[in-house]
Amino acid sequence: MTRPSATPDKTKSRPAGTAAPARISVRGLTMAYGSFVVMKDLEFDIAERDIFVIMGGSGCGKSTLLRHLIGLHEPAAGEVFFDGENFTATPPDRREKFIRRFGVMYQSGALWSSLTLAENVGLPLEEFTTLNARQRRELVNYKLALVGLSGYEDYYPSQVSGGMNKRAGIARAMAMDPDILFLDEPGAGLDPLSSRRLDDLILRLRDSLGSTVVIVTHELASIFAIATNAVFLDTDTRRQGAVGPPDELRQRADNPAVRLFLNRGEEVPSD
Amino acid sequence: MSRSNDPPILEWTREGDCPVLVVSGTWNRTGPVCEIRGEAPDQPPARYRCDDLGEFDSTLPATMLALIRQTTGGAAAGRPKPESKSKPDPDEDAAGVTLDGLPDDLRGLMELALGVAERSDAKSPVARRRSLGQFLGQTSQRVGAALLGVIEFVGLSVQSLGRLLVGRARFRRADLWLTIQECGVQALPIVSLISFLIGVILAFVGGYQLAGFGAEIFVADLVGIAMVREMGVVMTGIIMSGRTGAAFAAHIGSMKANEEIDALRTFGLNPFDFLVLPRLLALVLMMPLLTVYANLVGILGGMLVGVASGIPAVLYWQQTLTAIDLTTASLGVFKSVFFGAAIAICGCMQGMKAASSSAGVGQATTRAVVASITMVIVLDSAFAAIFTVLDI
Ligand SMILES: Nc1ncnc2c1ncn2[C@@H]1O[C@H](COP(=O)(O)OP(=O)(O)O)[C@@H](O)[C@H]1O
Ligand SMILES: [Mg+2]
Repeated sequence: MTRPSATPDKTKSRPAGTAAPARISVRGLTMAYGSFVVMKDLEFDIAERDIFVIMGGSGCGKSTLLRHLIGLHEPAAGEVFFDGENFTATPPDRREKFIRRFGVMYQSGALWSSLTLAENVGLPLEEFTTLNARQRRELVNYKLALVGLSGYEDYYPSQVSGGMNKRAGIARAMAMDPDILFLDEPGAGLDPLSSRRLDDLILRLRDSLGSTVVIVTHELASIFAIATNAVFLDTDTRRQGAVGPPDELRQRADNPAVRLFLNRGEEVPSD
Repeated sequence: MSRSNDPPILEWTREGDCPVLVVSGTWNRTGPVCEIRGEAPDQPPARYRCDDLGEFDSTLPATMLALIRQTTGGAAAGRPKPESKSKPDPDEDAAGVTLDGLPDDLRGLMELALGVAERSDAKSPVARRRSLGQFLGQTSQRVGAALLGVIEFVGLSVQSLGRLLVGRARFRRADLWLTIQECGVQALPIVSLISFLIGVILAFVGGYQLAGFGAEIFVADLVGIAMVREMGVVMTGIIMSGRTGAAFAAHIGSMKANEEIDALRTFGLNPFDFLVLPRLLALVLMMPLLTVYANLVGILGGMLVGVASGIPAVLYWQQTLTAIDLTTASLGVFKSVFFGAAIAICGCMQGMKAASSSAGVGQATTRAVVASITMVIVLDSAFAAIFTVLDI
């Protein structure tokens, strides 16, 4: 579907197969906390219906990148485009039309702690739709059922486990049937079966709703199972290591750090 | 072989041109402190000699890591360079640092410790020492920034109120009701207790002085006027600062630490409208009611003392009514609206600014209480000056 890795110094073209404007384009993005530069010169595209994985060692800036994509941080340099529209140049108070299309699950879950799981999922529906209470309740129950949390509607976030918090966070992210779903380490803290179910869920959502999914994860099993495309953030150089489908990157990435990562540290001879 | 109670020693020697580190003794965290002999070279050791090394715990690798970092200026180590296609040289594990001559267990630990380079620019800048000049400069910058922050926050609050008036502010009505209960009804017990005691104190102190002139009945004037002009509203303000301002800061601060505020943003919900507005409204609505209540309870406390010292209750009450006209009575209530706004803004602002950690929430709570009590007193002095000029 796409051609092998494109490291930033070699070529800056978008992956093949995206003739239409990419759903998300990142151009020359530099991210920093004050004077501490986290990543420089990120440059990649995320096509519609992609399941795009942001991967890299822990602490390399994956969450930071996600927060830049959804506008919670302003880039130190560079831009983010959605469907060819410049998101970065849009002043924060006029970003609502972009943001309405996002669903975000945060690394910590970030459920509103004073609301029950059902109220968490229902709040956006209450604020932004004209559904009546019964319809809302049904939708909420359905979304919670999708993530395997039926029966926990009236629990508070502090009363369920970390993994359940994450799943509820995913249900909330899906509440408004977003075009683009951002998930920060959705699999972390889940048992293998729930993790598998989650992969399934993400694939089905993409297929049935046509959503684009951007996931931060370093679970290799799930990367190879669902990702159509990926970017690797290299801690050592603070640049992107490679962009492309993970299967190809594993075999043919020019950057050995990428191959090491995708082979759990075991070097395979590159061909 | 090693003997078991030798003191721990690290000694620098040279073999030809190469620095060598001799490691010996028993390393135990409850034992003696290690001794470092010889002059440290400016390059990491080329090999180690461990002939007299006894048992060791983490103190040995910790000391060695510190030494190696010193000799390389902190730049030591890093994993094998990514370009190197060949297997890394087993004796040269960590970018120029050899671990030759170490026993296997120690070597394993050192390889781990040196495996990932220290990220020097990631160090927190706070740790650096500052000169007095820098300190003053930074402090004045911070004060300036804080003032700007307050002005911005007040501006945002006004905008938010504007959106409320045109019906475009989104927040949960349930939140507003909860907050109204929380800072209204639930505050009654403590407000009752404090105002009652304040009334009693005023009556005691005043009554004693006035008795000297045979003018005991004027205790009613003193207590009444003091309560409705100053004490009722100021005490309520201070109570609400400690109670509600702190709660606002802690709640919003922990929401921030938990990314809950970001979650609001990415749903297109304005955290300001959603969190600050209901709290501001609730406190601005409840403060006047609490103040009226506090005034009444305070007067009651005074009356109790008056009655105890022989003034008939009816007489005391009538004296109070003649002392307080409508203008006087409304002054405190008028001020309470501003105090309520100030307390809500201080609490919410500290919460929104809190550092994203549990320590940050604690700090924010403290700051909120200090700031709102200060604001109550400062505003009260300002009102006192204004009312004097206006002659009310
Ligand atoms: N609020 C912050 N202030 C300063 N540095 C931060 C902050 N948040 C994260 N960092 C730093 O940015 C880097 C990337 O963090 P993050 O994006 O959370 O990593 P991860 O890839 O594990 O999600 C880390 O080195 C971290 O120390
Ligand atoms: Mg992260």
